Order: sequence, then structure tokens, then C-alpha cells
Amino acid sequence: MGDPITMIARWLESQLLGLGLSPVLVTLILAVLGVILIASFVLVMDIFLVWVERKVVARFQDRLGPNRLGPFGLIQPIADVIKLLIKEDITPAGADKFVYNLAPIIALATVLLLWAVIPLAPDLVGSDINVGVLYIVAIGALATLGVIMAGWASNNKYALLGAFRTVAQMVSYEVPMVIALLVPVLLAGSMGLNAIVEAQTPVWFVVVAPVAALLVLLTGIAELGRAPFDLSEAESEIVAGFHIEYTGMKFGLFYAGELLHALTIGALVSTLFLGGWRGPGVEAIPILGVGYFLIKAFFLYWVIMWVKYSMPRIRIDHMLNFNWKFLTPLSLVLLMVTAILDKLLENGPYWVYVTGMLLANLVIIWAVLQLLRSRARVERVRVAEPRPVAAPPGSPASTTTL
Amino acid sequence: MTGIQLVFIVVAVMTLGAALMAVLTSNMVHAALWLILALFGVAIIFVLLNAGFLAVVQVVIYIGAISIIMIFAIMLTRRLITDIGTQTSSSWPWAALIAVALFGGLAWMLSTWGGFNTTPQLLSPRSDQVVELGQALVSPNAFVIPFEVASVLLLAALIGAIFIAWDRK
Repeated sequence: MGDPITMIARWLESQLLGLGLSPVLVTLILAVLGVILIASFVLVMDIFLVWVERKVVARFQDRLGPNRLGPFGLIQPIADVIKLLIKEDITPAGADKFVYNLAPIIALATVLLLWAVIPLAPDLVGSDINVGVLYIVAIGALATLGVIMAGWASNNKYALLGAFRTVAQMVSYEVPMVIALLVPVLLAGSMGLNAIVEAQTPVWFVVVAPVAALLVLLTGIAELGRAPFDLSEAESEIVAGFHIEYTGMKFGLFYAGELLHALTIGALVSTLFLGGWRGPGVEAIPILGVGYFLIKAFFLYWVIMWVKYSMPRIRIDHMLNFNWKFLTPLSLVLLMVTAILDKLLENGPYWVYVTGMLLANLVIIWAVLQLLRSRARVERVRVAEPRPVAAPPGSPASTTTL
Repeated sequence: MTGIQLVFIVVAVMTLGAALMAVLTSNMVHAALWLILALFGVAIIFVLLNAGFLAVVQVVIYIGAISIIMIFAIMLTRRLITDIGTQTSSSWPWAALIAVALFGGLAWMLSTWGGFNTTPQLLSPRSDQVVELGQALVSPNAFVIPFEVASVLLLAALIGAIFIAWDRK
């Protein structure tokens, strides 16, 4: 038994073929319908996300959140959208008009494009390409382009500086992310997302590779530019960063893109590590997979919000040091250990494989914590030393490194 | 004319037009953005050729890395964006001569190539091209030497970058 959406598609196909249309045209019509269906599903969910985000942040800050319009304030996002639509649309003087208007479209479209390869249910996937993981990396590269276009075309120094910061962050965090993404690819033996989900039986990859799951989630939050990595938005230095000049719905597109991107990162991590659509009873009733998938994706979205509203913003040099001196070496070590263990334990029984992988990950976590502890001890001593702000040249205080 | 041919013609015109604009426009940032469109068109042509891996790698490397570095370099260079001098240098006849000779040579070579009239073999639907490519890269009978040479080159570039950026006291 198939899921209802596939059944409707088959019925529609037979109906259209019955009308005497050519098979190529019918395939095209069905593909366009599929794109419209998945894009509108995601965008309608996006409107709902505004409400979720505001409600959750209110609870974290001991407030009620929107509660006036409709039951539980559910109509509030509609009012927000209307407000954004009727605001004045301002193009700053000296802005590069075409690029300026193209940038918010790219910002939202790159997030929507990710949903083309995410499997919602066993048969419900936009396009099951065999290079799915690499496709996600490629779309991330396009998102960088949207940011830099917005920053440059605004003809505003704050916007340009904000764009530089954001792009530096996105480009550097891409390195550990890509390396960590190789771990599920290695475990599943395929780069297709549906193949990765199918390989997560009987245990999810989060058990086999917990460090990789954490790394992907962490670098995903950094790619999003959410707290604690929201350096593109620093009110005292560069105001709102690359989208400072945007008003009305153009700003709304950036905002909606960011919210949807957060959910998309949740969806990706749940696909790669939490078994995607897997859950009890999916073999019998495939449409249940959509439910399991959305529950997992929204759980991770909640985790991302939890981190966002609990953590202070970190400084830019800390952010880059954390990436290059900590995450990148860690992901490289993790990839090597996983690759070697995968070959060593390949022929043994499955439970030995899982236990071996899990133990290796625990050892890595323990070693990392030990390293961090000794490093923190040195750092505390260094910070405690007296550091005069100015000293005459030649004196011992002026030669101490900062 | 099939649908795929129609898509090919549209994409080819877009790629060539964007490449031309990249050369003709006087705004450097616009030139970089047109170049990105041209590179994206090449990626679509890879998709049409059933080479999904190459298409995605084209986007990752050329758009995600090289173009972003180029845009950074342009934006961090003063006066370059607003430069409104002449776009041609005095030696343009030589460049034109070389370009015409290269185009003529390529056109002549292609005119003698018999591949236009042979229909390509259908790929077997069961073959995983990514797996085959990966095995070819490490197989001694295929590309292991070029692959290793490229790796050493990249490692040398990496060490060079660290050496340049090293903070010597």
C-alpha cells in the first residue's frame, strides 16, 4: 500500500494520459505540481514558524507571547505578514537596484531548494539524487552569494561589513560541516539522502556517530547565523548587518528565510542522524513517516531555539578560533577514526560494530574534554596576569603578547 | 525537437550571454556576478549530460569558493568598483588575433570529429556513477597518479598559505 500523495499522482497520471496528452508533457505537469505542492507546504509552515518562534522565546523569557489574535494567538503571524506587505518599500540612494532586489529572493530560494532532496516519507521525496549530501553543500554555497549581494548592493558600509563577517563565518564553518557530513555518507555508503535514511536500521546514526551529529548541528547553527554565532547582527557595531537597508517584505524574505533555514537544519540533522521518516509502523502505512519526520525536525528546531535563547553572543576572534583550532581538527580526527573502524569492524557482528563506534566516539569526547580542561587552566592563568594598557617601549610589560 | 534540446539551447544561450556580459560590463562586481551565472549555466549542462556529481562539484567549487574569493578581492580593492576608464588595453589586436586563431582551430578540430553523428551509448540504470568515479580515482589502472599529484599540489598550497599567514615575532 502506498501513501495517498503517490496514489493521487498515479491517478492523475492515468487521467492525463487518458486525455491523450504525450507522456513527456504529463511528466512535466506532474513535476511542476510536485514543486508547487512542496514549496507551498514549506512556505505555509514558514508562516506558522513565526508564531512558534515567538511563543517559544516568550516561554524561555517567562512571558506569554502573542495571545490576543485567535486561539493561542495563532492569527498573529497573518497580521505580521499583512503589516510587512503594506510597509513602504525603500530603496537606498546609490543602491544597485537589480542586485539589491535579487538578494532577498536568493536568500529564501536557497532554503526552499534544500527541501527538494529531503525525504519526507519512504516514497515522498522531491528528487532522490545520488549526490544529495553534496547538493546540500552546493546550495549552502549559493546562500553565501545572497548575503554578499545584499551587503554590497545596499550601498551601506554597515551592510558591507556585516556581509563580510557573515560570509567569513559561513565559509569557515563550511569546512568542519562538510567533513562531519562525510561520516553518515561513510556509514551509509551513499550520498543519497533516502539511502542514508534506509541505512539507519536497526539503530539511528546518532548512536553510531554522536560526535558527528553534534558537529553538524553546531556548524548548522553557525551557518544560520543564530546565537551564539549571530555576529552578523551587532547593534553597537554594525546594527543589523547585511540586511540593514531592507524594509517591508524584502526584509520579511530574509527573516522568513532565517526561520525556515533553522527548521531545515533540524530536518537535515534528523534525516542524517535521527532516522528521518523512520518510526514504528512506517512499513505498513508510509504516510506516517511525514509525521515522524516533522516531529524530529521540530524537536531539533526547538533545540536550536533553546541554544539561541540561552547563550550569549561570542566574540568574532573566539568564533573563528573555535572553528579553525577546535572544530576542524576534531572533525578530521573523527572522520579518520570512523573510516578506520568502519573497515576493521565491517565483517564482525552488527552489535560489535555499533558498540565499537559508540565507544570510539566516547573516547573522543573524553579526550576532547581533557584537552579543553588543561587548555582552560593555562588560559585562566594567562588572563589573571596583570596587563597594563600602555607601557613605555622597551619595558618588559610592552613585550608581552596580547 | 525534444524538450531536452530546447532546455539545452536556452541554457547555452544564457551561458554564452552571461560570459559575454562578464567581459563587456564595466562594473567589476557585475562582471563577477555575470561570471557566476555563466558557471551556473555550465553546471546545468552537466546535469543535462547526466553528470550530477560534476554539476554539484561545479557549483561548490566555482561558485562557492572561487567566485566568492573573487568578489572579496574586488570589494577589498579600492577604486576598482568605480573605475570608469577605458576597458581595452593597447594590445587588444593581439588578443583578438589569438582568440580568433583559437576559435578557428577548435572549430576546425570539431568539424573533423565524427562524434556528432554517432548516438551515445545508454548508461545502464543500475550503475552508480559516483562509486565508479571514486574507484577510478584510487585505481592504479586509472587516475591514481594524477589524483595523488593534485593532492600534493593542494597540500603545498595549504602549507604555503599557513607560511604566509604565520605571525613571525
